[in-house]
Amino acid sequence: MRILVIEDDKDAAQYMAKGLVESGHGADVAHTGKDGLLMAAANGYDVLIVDRMLPGLDGLSLVKTLRATGNHTPVLFLSALGEVTDRVKGLRAGGDDYLVKPYAFSELLARVETLARRGSTASDTPETVLRYGDLMMDLLGRRVERAGKEIDLQPREFRLLETLMRHAGQVMTRTMLLEKVWDYRFDPQTNVIDVHISRLRHKIDRGFSYPMIHTVRGAGYSLRVADKAS
Amino acid sequence: MLPTKLLKASTFRLTLAYLALFCISAGVLFGFVYVASSTNMERQTEETITAEINGILDQYRLRGLGGLRNTIAARAAAKPDRASIYLLVDRTDRIMAGNIDRWPEGQDKDESYFHFLIETGEDGDGEPTFHRAIARGFLLQNNARLLVGRDIEERLASQAALLNTLLIGGGIMIVLGVAGGLVMSRWMLGRLDDVNRATTRIMMGDLTQRFVAKGSGDEFDELARNLNRMLDRIERLLAGMRQVTDNVAHDLRTPLNRLRSRIEVALMDEQSDESRELLEATVRDADSLIQTFNAILSIARAESGEQQAEFEPFSLREMAQDVTELYEPLGEERSITVHLRAQADAVVVGNRHLVAQALANLVDNAIKYGAEGGHVLVEVRTRPVPMLVVTDDGPGIPAEMRERALERFVRLDPERSTPGNGLGLSLVAAVARLHEARLQLEDAKPGLRVSIAFPSLPERGAQLTRQEVRSLA
Repeated sequence: MRILVIEDDKDAAQYMAKGLVESGHGADVAHTGKDGLLMAAANGYDVLIVDRMLPGLDGLSLVKTLRATGNHTPVLFLSALGEVTDRVKGLRAGGDDYLVKPYAFSELLARVETLARRGSTASDTPETVLRYGDLMMDLLGRRVERAGKEIDLQPREFRLLETLMRHAGQVMTRTMLLEKVWDYRFDPQTNVIDVHISRLRHKIDRGFSYPMIHTVRGAGYSLRVADKAS
Repeated sequence: MLPTKLLKASTFRLTLAYLALFCISAGVLFGFVYVASSTNMERQTEETITAEINGILDQYRLRGLGGLRNTIAARAAAKPDRASIYLLVDRTDRIMAGNIDRWPEGQDKDESYFHFLIETGEDGDGEPTFHRAIARGFLLQNNARLLVGRDIEERLASQAALLNTLLIGGGIMIVLGVAGGLVMSRWMLGRLDDVNRATTRIMMGDLTQRFVAKGSGDEFDELARNLNRMLDRIERLLAGMRQVTDNVAHDLRTPLNRLRSRIEVALMDEQSDESRELLEATVRDADSLIQTFNAILSIARAESGEQQAEFEPFSLREMAQDVTELYEPLGEERSITVHLRAQADAVVVGNRHLVAQALANLVDNAIKYGAEGGHVLVEVRTRPVPMLVVTDDGPGIPAEMRERALERFVRLDPERSTPGNGLGLSLVAAVARLHEARLQLEDAKPGLRVSIAFPSLPERGAQLTRQEVRSLA
């Protein structure tokens, strides 16, 4: 996918672009808000990564202007400020996600890929059944089956699996899972999420022909059908 | 009625000591007045008697016994009230002249002063009444005897009245002294109490507290001003120290960020297993550094109080349920059961994410330091105020270390063998302060009990229903 990085820290932008390219995406870089706005408006990008603090035109105004012209490209805000107010302001201005510096590149990548996917697969009718591989999740009946065999899940395990299934094939970081499954934004000091994953993994993968919940080193977890693992 | 504190106050004891000293000196003074005035009066009486005797004896020498008898008779007649007492008896004790009817018993030959009682009449019951008197006897020729004296009842009565007055005066003095001492020590105590109350609040962590100078320019005002100056200095130093850590954390975040990105990019190219491992280990170290810096900055943000602007009401019970459920599997790994006890719901106004993080840190600690196979209890209480309480059955924290445990980077484990950066409880403390909540570490016997007591919601907030809370949150 094609990603535009609007970031005035040239070093950071360069590494970000390099990382995105290494991960198989196309990346362009703009160093000022004005350049970024022009590029974003002219070319169809899949995702924009926008720093909040930019010389000339700041990130918030940039996205507001873009949205006003009917451009709905998903936007990930980057900020050195971590205040919840900033996050709320960013999301109100039309941002889709918010990441505070310093961030792990893997976190950035995971969020960008999730955003891009959302942009492309957004459907109007809410799904009632999720299917991935030999997994089937009935959202209305709160039932889960793998290879036709019913799996008994606790409510939170159900939500965890639902989140992984909705983002199947993508990397979900621990903070993303805490955000989406538990609806909390904080930095858990210990491996709490890992323990939940290992419980879920126990139920989903044990006794089946191949594992579906994969650990992505240094990043998070991914629900994948076998062989696609790196 | 006297509060024991007042009795214990050094100012009051000082007042009592002064009062005692005052009483002793006043007692000596009063005693001197009393003794001096009574001896003086006695001497006057005696001088009067002596002068009278001399006059009478002159008559006796001039005109003999007969003349003496006439003089006595005349004088006795002149003093029928017997203020002066005269008696002249012959050698057979027969009365020759005088205003008393017999020679007082037991005074025969002695020519010195002596005291005796004279009958003055009868009281209502027919009992005789007596007055005290003093007199001096003289042996004349032919063994006739002369007695001259004075009724001293009145003098003794006024002496008694003087004594009475002195005693009452002393009593009044003691009462006034005690009252004055009480008033004075209460006033001094009041000023000291102000200082003590402020000091207590400061020790509880409210460094913004200042002492109030009354403006009278006395020593208490000077004390208040000096303490305030000292506090200003302490606050500046502390703020400076925090500012340094905050600045360091802030300034190092950007290079750390680049460092981490660079390693990550390098990891994408690197295919040799050995370098991969090295790079991954470096990323982990960078992550723990970033985590520490982020924790410092979170604390700094919480302490700045700016986040109060985005406070919203949220359900303490739901949040506690979420966190308990989040940590329950982690506890299970250490065979620790994490329970939740929340009978009633409490709504508090605050930052849900920060409070959740604080509770998560507490539960995390409880699991980390709790006894293996033990229990961690998370409680939501509504009375007397909305409260979060986390209790473990681990070794606890000794009372004298509890305060220190809340400081930044302080780890009670001297070997620093358990993972952590010593900021977990500091963040809890900062979040509690941000919410104007009271953080308390107690002995759970055995184990540690940490409680965060939130301020009660004002009426309006308390009436929010769960749905309203959910829609607001």
